[in-house]
Amino acid sequence: MTGSAGVAGPGRPVEPGDGQSGRVFGPPRMGAATRSTGIAVASTVVFFGVIAWIVFSSPGWPAVQASFFDPQVFAASAPSIIRAFWVNIQLFLISEVLILVLGLVIAILRNLPGAVFTPVRLLATIYVDVFRALPGVLVIYILGFGIPGLGLPGVPNDPFFYAVLALTLIYSAYVSEVYRSGIDSVHPSQDAAARSLGLSRFQSLRYVVIPQAVRRVIPPLLNDFIGLQKDTVLVSYIGVVEIFRQSYIEQAGSFNFTPYMVTALVFIVVTIPLARFTDWLVNRDRKRQLAGAR
Amino acid sequence: MTAPPEAAGTVALRIEALRKSFEKLEVLRGIDLVVREHEVICLIGASGSGKSTLLRCVNLIEPIDSGRIFVAGEEITAPGVKVDRIRRRIGIVYQAFNLFPHMTVLDNVTLAPRKVLRHPRAKAEVDALALLDRFGLAEKAREYPDRLSGGQQQRVAIVRALAMQPDLLLLDEVTSALDPELVAEVLNVIRELAVSGMTMVIATHEMGFARDIASRVVFLDAGSILEEGPPEAIFRHPREERTRRFLQRVIEAGRLSGEAP
Repeated sequence: MTGSAGVAGPGRPVEPGDGQSGRVFGPPRMGAATRSTGIAVASTVVFFGVIAWIVFSSPGWPAVQASFFDPQVFAASAPSIIRAFWVNIQLFLISEVLILVLGLVIAILRNLPGAVFTPVRLLATIYVDVFRALPGVLVIYILGFGIPGLGLPGVPNDPFFYAVLALTLIYSAYVSEVYRSGIDSVHPSQDAAARSLGLSRFQSLRYVVIPQAVRRVIPPLLNDFIGLQKDTVLVSYIGVVEIFRQSYIEQAGSFNFTPYMVTALVFIVVTIPLARFTDWLVNRDRKRQLAGAR
Repeated sequence: MTAPPEAAGTVALRIEALRKSFEKLEVLRGIDLVVREHEVICLIGASGSGKSTLLRCVNLIEPIDSGRIFVAGEEITAPGVKVDRIRRRIGIVYQAFNLFPHMTVLDNVTLAPRKVLRHPRAKAEVDALALLDRFGLAEKAREYPDRLSGGQQQRVAIVRALAMQPDLLLLDEVTSALDPELVAEVLNVIRELAVSGMTMVIATHEMGFARDIASRVVFLDAGSILEEGPPEAIFRHPREERTRRFLQRVIEAGRLSGEAP
């Protein structure tokens, strides 16, 4: 977005007078910008060139190339792997909706005022602490094998169900903390203004506090969702055939690791745009705040 | 200005022996005050004298320690009183405007009528636009608060409180956060409200304004009402030494020009 300005920017002191001199002495400034762009390009080429040279000249490179970068295995395994990624997308989308709702509910419960709600606050706090303490894989294991193992009637057996359940429980704990920081960041005077107009505690939360809180936490929420997107592969451990499981199957069938590289490529292609979008949002918010500061 | 002081009239607000402490600090030490309908009461006094706390107690935002508050004859400090229902009838405007930044001016004004009074959006908006128009803000209805000047924001905050058609309006140093050139437009709005008969309790540092507009001026000192009376009496012939000293300081600060107490 601001790439070219970013290259020319560093090192140039930002002063009003500087901008003027830049306009008066246009050509020298252009020269400086071109020169620093040139230096950036050159140092990048040299840096990555050296790394490439080290890797490609290493004694094991031919063997690694054969087992990780086999074009034929790549072409053969890509379709089934990309098809399996659809399962990850479903996992991600379903869990995300549930997480957004559950996380908000937990955040609100933890912020309930008054002595009466102590048990509710306590439960919500324990939930958040426990699920943030446990490694995600463990939660997936325990839920995915444990609950069906109980043999209770009416309890589903579908690993996909437990995958969604586990991801939702794990991420809701994190997301509720993000929401809570957002709610706490809304100044108490906003709630006071709403309450003094006669709005109930719930109405103030619903119409005044939470809309402002959610706006502020969208970037950190997106960050958590980048994590969720990647963590969908963890559910392969309880038998959901998703992208990672599929690449394992392809690897086992071809005795070649290239399918994992396909999977890696898929995640890079999907995640980087989301990460860039998040950065863009964060930047935009910061600019807005700077502009809004009085 | 409009209502004769101490005249017979329906009592809009009665405060009896109100006490309030923050931790060990006693901020209000037994306040007694009667406000009749259409009266404009100006609370004056140094910072920390308890003006804001008194207003916040009347609006039930601050819980009180002891004493009683009646609005239109109903005790609002009685146990079991629904605070939301009381707050509907009492408007309060704060020093810092506290507009909702994520809503347009129109939504700021219509939120409470729609959600609390359950007015349909169309009716709430017609009413709100009429109010905004009355105070010269109609063309700002679709703007967000951060696009408005401080004076405009404070006028919107007043309109937002008026949209609930309160019986009583509390104004807590509403011009203190404004640039000097924006103070007049807000004071003019309050003047118009006074003329229209709105019952108001106003905490203010604008002594000239208090002198012009108040039916009665109440001087608060260290959490007690030291002196109250018509503005002429308070500003020209204060009985109490401390009132005199306070007004002297105000004059030295240039907030009440040419008026010797």
